[in-house]
Order: sequence, then structure tokens, then C-alpha cells
Amino acid sequence: MSVLTREEAQSLIEEVLEVYPEESKKDRLKHLTVNDPSITQSKKCITSNRKSLPGVMTIRGCAYAGSKGVVWGPIKDMIHISHGPVGCGQYSRAGRRNYYVGYTGVNAFGTMNFTSDFQERDVVFGGDKKLEKIVHECEALFPLMKGMSVQSECPIGLIGDDIEAVARKTSAAINKPVIPVRCEGFRGVSQSLGHHIANDAIRDWVLENRKDKMRETGPYDVAVIGDYNIGGDAWASRILLEEMGLNVVAQWSGDGTLAEMENTPAVKLNLIHCYRSMNYISRHMEAKYGIPWMEYNFFGPTKIAESLRKIAEQFDDKIKEGAEKVIAKYTPIMEGIIGKYRPRLEGKKVMLYVGGLRPRHVIGAYEDLGMEVVGTGYEFGHNDDYDRTIKEMGDSTLIYDDVTGYEFEKFVEKVQPDLVGSGIKEKYIFQKMGIPFRQMHSWDYSGPYHGYDGFAIFARDMDMTINNPCWDSFKAPWK
Amino acid sequence: MANNSVDDIKPCFPLFGEPEYRENMKNKQDKYEERESMEKLEETFQWTTSAEYKELNFQREAVTINPAKACQPLGAVLCSLGFKGTLPYVHGSQGCVAYFRTYFNRHFKEPVACVSDSMTEDAAVFGGHKNMDAGLKNALALYKPEMIAVSTTCMAEVIGDDLHSFITNAKVKGHVPQDLPVPSAHTPSFVGSHTTGWDGMLEGIIRYFTLDKHESAVVGSNGKINLVPGFETYLGNYRILKRYMEEMDVPYTLLSDPSEVLDTPADGEYRMYVGGTELEDVKDTPNAIDTLLLQPWSLTKTKKYLKDTWQQPISEINPPMGLKWTDEYLMKVSQLSGKPIPASIELERGRLVDMMTDSHSWLHGKRFSLYGDPDFVMGLTNFLLELGAEPVHVMSNNANKRWGKAMSKILKSSPYGQETEVHVGTDLWHFRSLVFDRKPDFMIGNSYGKFIQRDTKHKGLEHEVKLIRLGFPIFDRHHLHRMTTLGYEGAMYILTTLVNAVLEDLDSKTTGYGETDYNYDLVR
Repeated sequence: MSVLTREEAQSLIEEVLEVYPEESKKDRLKHLTVNDPSITQSKKCITSNRKSLPGVMTIRGCAYAGSKGVVWGPIKDMIHISHGPVGCGQYSRAGRRNYYVGYTGVNAFGTMNFTSDFQERDVVFGGDKKLEKIVHECEALFPLMKGMSVQSECPIGLIGDDIEAVARKTSAAINKPVIPVRCEGFRGVSQSLGHHIANDAIRDWVLENRKDKMRETGPYDVAVIGDYNIGGDAWASRILLEEMGLNVVAQWSGDGTLAEMENTPAVKLNLIHCYRSMNYISRHMEAKYGIPWMEYNFFGPTKIAESLRKIAEQFDDKIKEGAEKVIAKYTPIMEGIIGKYRPRLEGKKVMLYVGGLRPRHVIGAYEDLGMEVVGTGYEFGHNDDYDRTIKEMGDSTLIYDDVTGYEFEKFVEKVQPDLVGSGIKEKYIFQKMGIPFRQMHSWDYSGPYHGYDGFAIFARDMDMTINNPCWDSFKAPWK
Repeated sequence: MANNSVDDIKPCFPLFGEPEYRENMKNKQDKYEERESMEKLEETFQWTTSAEYKELNFQREAVTINPAKACQPLGAVLCSLGFKGTLPYVHGSQGCVAYFRTYFNRHFKEPVACVSDSMTEDAAVFGGHKNMDAGLKNALALYKPEMIAVSTTCMAEVIGDDLHSFITNAKVKGHVPQDLPVPSAHTPSFVGSHTTGWDGMLEGIIRYFTLDKHESAVVGSNGKINLVPGFETYLGNYRILKRYMEEMDVPYTLLSDPSEVLDTPADGEYRMYVGGTELEDVKDTPNAIDTLLLQPWSLTKTKKYLKDTWQQPISEINPPMGLKWTDEYLMKVSQLSGKPIPASIELERGRLVDMMTDSHSWLHGKRFSLYGDPDFVMGLTNFLLELGAEPVHVMSNNANKRWGKAMSKILKSSPYGQETEVHVGTDLWHFRSLVFDRKPDFMIGNSYGKFIQRDTKHKGLEHEVKLIRLGFPIFDRHHLHRMTTLGYEGAMYILTTLVNAVLEDLDSKTTGYGETDYNYDLVR
């Protein structure tokens, strides 16, 4: 049940857009819709993956953020150069909680920031020579690194540097992969093109690296694709897959290594959590190596059990039994969690605005706790994301694409949800409005939220935020 | 066995320390990662802490590793936030703005309003003229600012967009009214750092409001003193600057004051604009007695503009940090305004000196390595010398050689600065080598230093260099941005922070039960 009727929701959208200049209003109207779960194709009701309007405070990032910040950055045993001016690497340093274990500065580099720190002369004369030198300096200072990637910032594409040539030359010289990634921030309309470009770079510069010397594989070898191990999500996931009898031989890319990626073409099945950011490479591996892929959802016991069974379907009885055992073992524990938290959260309404998979994937987890998601949207989704979302959302709920700060505030003001789940840029706005808020990118420095262990933390966190006494103190008692 | 149950829910720490997870991770490492042996890792780690490595590390010419600086537009955004009703507007790629907002959100734990005009590939080819037209129009319609302050990203700078004519045209075409203030600054990320970006934006704003007024200005006619804080992230510093002026009864204009908009209450309402320097006051600034630049090493553009166009003396002043430089600052204000320093401030000074006498035995001879923005580091170094503490390494990634010389001069003039190394333009990976090479008792800097603390601790407890968090950004401790580091009050905060770090450290080293019962004292 939505809090609004279809007519109310529709007129809310129109009312919110009233303030826009005519052309912008027309554009924004296409990105906002009132959900009708019976619609099968989202293109009938929503437009996505288009340019953000200038000047409207979009929440989106850029292609560099999609490549360095999401796909490449977490690969721990490589050095990822933020190639260009100093800012991009600094702002994206160690903020995304892509957990890994390793000797940082020795064989792991995930929380470090390597940058070519472009100066005016580099823009004028080009940065190729500097880049070449950087590769050699890194090889000298970090001999155990397994390879490097060059994450292009805006100026690189504009000044006409040939980073591909530098990559080939230096790669031959140090005998390790050096991978150019053309993820300049002005490319595309959001992080999304950065994911795609990053996937393509993996396709072109990684997957063929050990054609004839791939590690031996067994019948139960799988790869986890599109889990960035935020707060340890991938660990809380792989432990379940292994418990049911599979071998997770590669993690893309949270806590991942170059070796795991290079060896992935030998796996039996690719399991995709974040479809948006890594469907490209999964499709490629299907076409090129015949590896099937499937999406799964490890948020909340209902979806986890569904996913475990669906995954097990791809294998023999041993794995199927393994999945049932895992489900049987965790079910009573999850009942305990739900028994405690559901009464505290029953009927609470949630509005989401996130990226990647979460605007739809966490709906089930909230439902396990008796909560309802009454609005959701993607920062950088495409229509295939919305296709998958429409059926998960209730009738007459709000769906908003690339929502502007202005629209999101107005929607929340009107709908008055009990919780908003979004990012750091939105967090403090809604908290000041008195709306409990959880960061659904970083798990608000908690997590993991994936897997059974993760759901326990998720439930605890939602309860602590919604039911904390601080929300009752907003009004001074003398007012 | 499952780890999380209803009676015992553990988040990432300590969850992943449980045996099942440890074994699972170890299995991954051993089987799939092709990791080097632990012996090899350990050996390599030790090598990275050696003098040989330090030498190699300091030979670098091309790569910057763990910089201690950010880029210009970040500073421009902070500067813009400090003016009344002002929307910071960044002409260029939108991802930059997502980063600036996030960076400030994480530090201040506050909302930060800022828009970009989302230039993409077509704008890279044809220029961002259309983006500026639509961007200004949309921003005005949605957010109704009194002023839009425009800065740039590197993208707009590389393609050479002409801000001034874009804005003029947008007004001519009626996208925004002629009388809407839209000052601008070119803030390419490949020049300077966040501190110079702040400077550039302020210069742009002052220029916008005063260019046609400076000739008719009568210096001193409004009886005010202009204060320019520079890239300042301690909210208490804005407040103390105002308090001192008020206690001295000196009229003033603080040029950029985001202390309200970055510290709004939780009472059910989100305020996008609150407080900030009045635009009318900016227009009046050429009529002031003088303008004091409180981060002199980072305000060179503003200084040049003021020196060239205004008739004010633009008196040289050190950052008002620590005892003596606060004395000098107050005396300068007194001299310029003719107002005496009141008893209330003298009392505050006396209290600071009292605290210094109380704590001197714990700070004298203590060795600190510090890094950060040029004026912050210089002010802090000067205060350390006043405390009898000994700076070991003093580093600024975004300072220049002249700063290095001035810094060395200050150090040489003190018996406590004779052994201090000054490093300019180096990064935190250099700094890591420095503290392995000559171990200080503590390092002082922003949150990034925590990784160095971890590394030094791994070498052995006797090598651990603990981090004292002073600077920007501070992401991993709460509410420190509300503190004060300028003036006597700021010196009190710094002193309290330092001395208690020393005492905490001593406690942590003397808690060996049945072993170090000595010196684990109740009274210190």
C-alpha cells in the first residue's frame, strides 16, 4: 500500500515540477513516474540514462567514479593511478569501504592514492612522459604489485595523450600488465559509462592474459561478480556459497586480485550481484567463453533463500542439498532476528535513492522486517534496471530517475517516510528535517548487509536509526 | 556455525575476526590470490621502513602517493558557501561536484549545497556555453539564490571556456536577471590546491562587487576592518574572529563566513541558506581601514588584487595561531582601529598562559612531526615552539619554496627548532618514510595520517607514531571541525589536545598489570 493514491502521487510529481523552467520541466517529467507493477517494460513509463540537466544539483558522479571508484579501485594488488590533477584521486580515496586484507603499501594498495598530480605544464606538454616515469617509479617502490591501471581524468582525453602507447611500452618493460582506462569524467552521463569502459578495459587487457596457463578448475568453481565488499559484503556472501559446496575462485572486485580476474574465464558460472556495473563483462564471458551468468540477491533471508536455490539449480544434487542445508541452518537464526526486530519496524515506510542494484535489491530485506519501500530510484540506472524494479515495487509508489536534490526533498516532505536510505550528500538534509536516515552506499560505516550475517546487522541498524530517541527531541519543550 | 544471532549481532569488526571468516579469507588468499609468502611480505614491509627505501622514495619525480592536498574548485566552493544566500556553481564536469559535496559532508557532517552545469562530451567539443545558459536558469528557478558564485573544473579550463563572456551573455539573453550577482573565478585543478582555489574565488567575488567602486572609495570611511580567513574548516575560528572584534568593539566584515550554514540545527527544517557575509558589506569593503589576510601564504591572488587596486595598507600579519601571533594580531587590530584590547581578552590570554604553565612539563621537549596546509602548519609550528616542544618534521604538500625558507627561519630562531626538517611539496608517502627514519613522539595532521600510524605500529610498538588529529579533513572523529584553533581560545584547544594525547599515551604504556604499576599515576 502506498501512502498516496495514484492521483495524489501523479499530482505530487506535477506540483514539484511546477518551479522548473518549461523545457526542464518537460525533461524531468519523463524521469518521474507512479509505479504500476503490471507494466512489463519500463520504457513505457520512465526515461533513464540521459544527461542530467545543468544547474539542478544532480546526485550523480562521473565515469572516473564508475571506473576507479567502483570497478578498478577495489582490485587490491594493483596500483591504480589517478591520471590527471590531484583532486579526483583525493576525493575518492578510501571512502567507499571496499574492504580487503593485505599488506597495504606492500602487496595491497586499496586505501592509497596514486596520482600524477598534473600541473599546468603537463596539460600544455602532455602527460605521457610523466606517466611512463610513474610506472617505473611504482615498480621500483612497490615491487610486489601485480600490475597497474591508468584511470584517466578529464584532461587526458582533452589534451590527446596516448596512454595506450605508454601502457604497452611500460607493460613490456616491467613485465606486468599496465592497463589504460579511458574513463574521463566528461564521458557519458553518470558513473554508468565508467563501469562500461572499465569492463571493456578488463575484457581487452586482462581476460586473455593467461590463455594457456589458466588455473585448473573444478565443477563447482564460480566467480562472484559485482560485489565490492563494502563493509565486507562479499565475505559474508562467499562464506554461504562455499558452505553449500561451491568454490568462489574469484571476487570482482572487492578484495579481488588480478590473478582472480585473469583466471575467471575458467569458471563454471558467473554470479552477478551488481548487474548494472558488471553485466557487460558477464555477457562478454558468456559470448566468448560460454560461461553462463545469473543474477542473485543476498539481501534479507527471503531473497537469500530464493537465490541460493536458484544458484543450486545450476548444479548437481550435492549442491542442491548443500543449499537446503545452509537455508535450514540459518532459518531459525533469521526467525530470531525477525522476531525481535519486526515488531519494532512493522509498517514503517521507506524511501530509497541509491545506485547500482540497491534500489531494488533491498526491497525484500525491508519486507522481511515488515517495512514497505514507497519510493525508489537510481542515480545511474538504465531501463533494464527499471524493468526489474517495477515488479518489486507496490502499486502507486514513486519511482524517480536521477532525482534532483530539489525533487527528492519535496517528495520526502510530502510522503513523510519513516526512513530514507540514500547517500552522504542527502543524509544531513533529511536528518535535519527529522527523518531517520541510513546511508545505503556505505552502510553508514557498518555492515556487511549481504548474506545472513549481514541481514542481522541490517535489521539492527534499521531499528537503531528509526527507534533512536534523538528524533523525539527536535522541538524545544517550551515551544 | 553462524556468527550473528539475535542475542549477539556483530558488525564487520569484530565479525570478520571470527574463525570461520578468518579461515575463509585465508583459504581465498592461499588458493586464488597468488599472494607472496608471508615471509616475503614481511621482509618487503620492513624494507619499506628502511633508510634505503627512504632514499629511493625521495628520488621520485613523477608520482605523487597519498597527497596532502586537494584541488582548487573545492576551495572555491567553501569560499562561496560563506556568502549570504549564495549557491556555489561549478562550471564543468558534474562528478567533481559530487566529490566536493561528499568531501565536505564527511568532514562537517552537514549538508552542502552546490550545483554543476554537467558538461559532457558535446560540451568538450563545442564549449560549455549552453550548459552555462541552462545551468544558471535552472539553478535560479530551483534554488532561488541571492548570488551564484561560479568556479571551474579542469575540463572547462582545458577547453578554455570564457567564463566572463558566458555569464554576460546569459544575462543579456535573460536566462538570469542582469542584477543577479554572478561572480566567477577560474580554478583549474592543475594549478595550486584547495587553498589557492579559495583565494581565487574570493578575489572573484571582491572584484565583482568592488571593481567600479575602489576609485571612489575612502579608506577608513566605514570604520571597519576586513578579515579574510582563507580556506578555514574550523567553525570555531570564524566565531572567535567575530567575538574578538565584538569584544574590541571594532566594526568588521568577515569575508566569507560559512559558520552558520555549516552548523544548522536539527529542528525539523533544512536550511539551504543561512548566515554568511552580507553582499552589501562586500560592496563596502574598499572603504574599510584595512584588510587583514589571515592565511597570508594562501591568499596571494586576493592580496595582489587588493594591493593593486585598493588604497588600503593590506598590513602584513601572521596567522593568529598560538600565543604571540594572537598577541600580534590583536595589537594590529587595536592599532588600526584605535580601540584598546579589552580586559576580557587579556583575561583569556592570561588563562592560556596559565594553562601553558600547568602543562609545560608534559610538553617540553616532546617531539612532533606535522603536515597540512601552509598557514596552518606555520602557525602550529610557531605555537609548538612557544610550548617548548620540538618539531621533528614540518611538511606542507601545497606550500612553495619561499614558505620553506620562511619556515626554516622561524625554526632557526628558536632553540627548539634547531633539529627540525622542513619539507615542501612532498606527500604522505614521503612523510611515512620520514617518521620511520627519525621517530617523533607524535604526528599531527588530518585523518589520512592514521594509515601511517598503523604502519609504524606494525613495525613494532616501539616504532608506533600516534596521530593527533588537527587539520582538514577529519573524517574519522566526530565534531572536531566545530573546535577553534585560532586566537587564545584556539591555542587552549590545541594545548589541551596535545597534552592529553601525551597523557593518554603514557597511560596506555603503563597499564601492564603487575608489570608497570609505576608511573600509572592518578595525579598528573
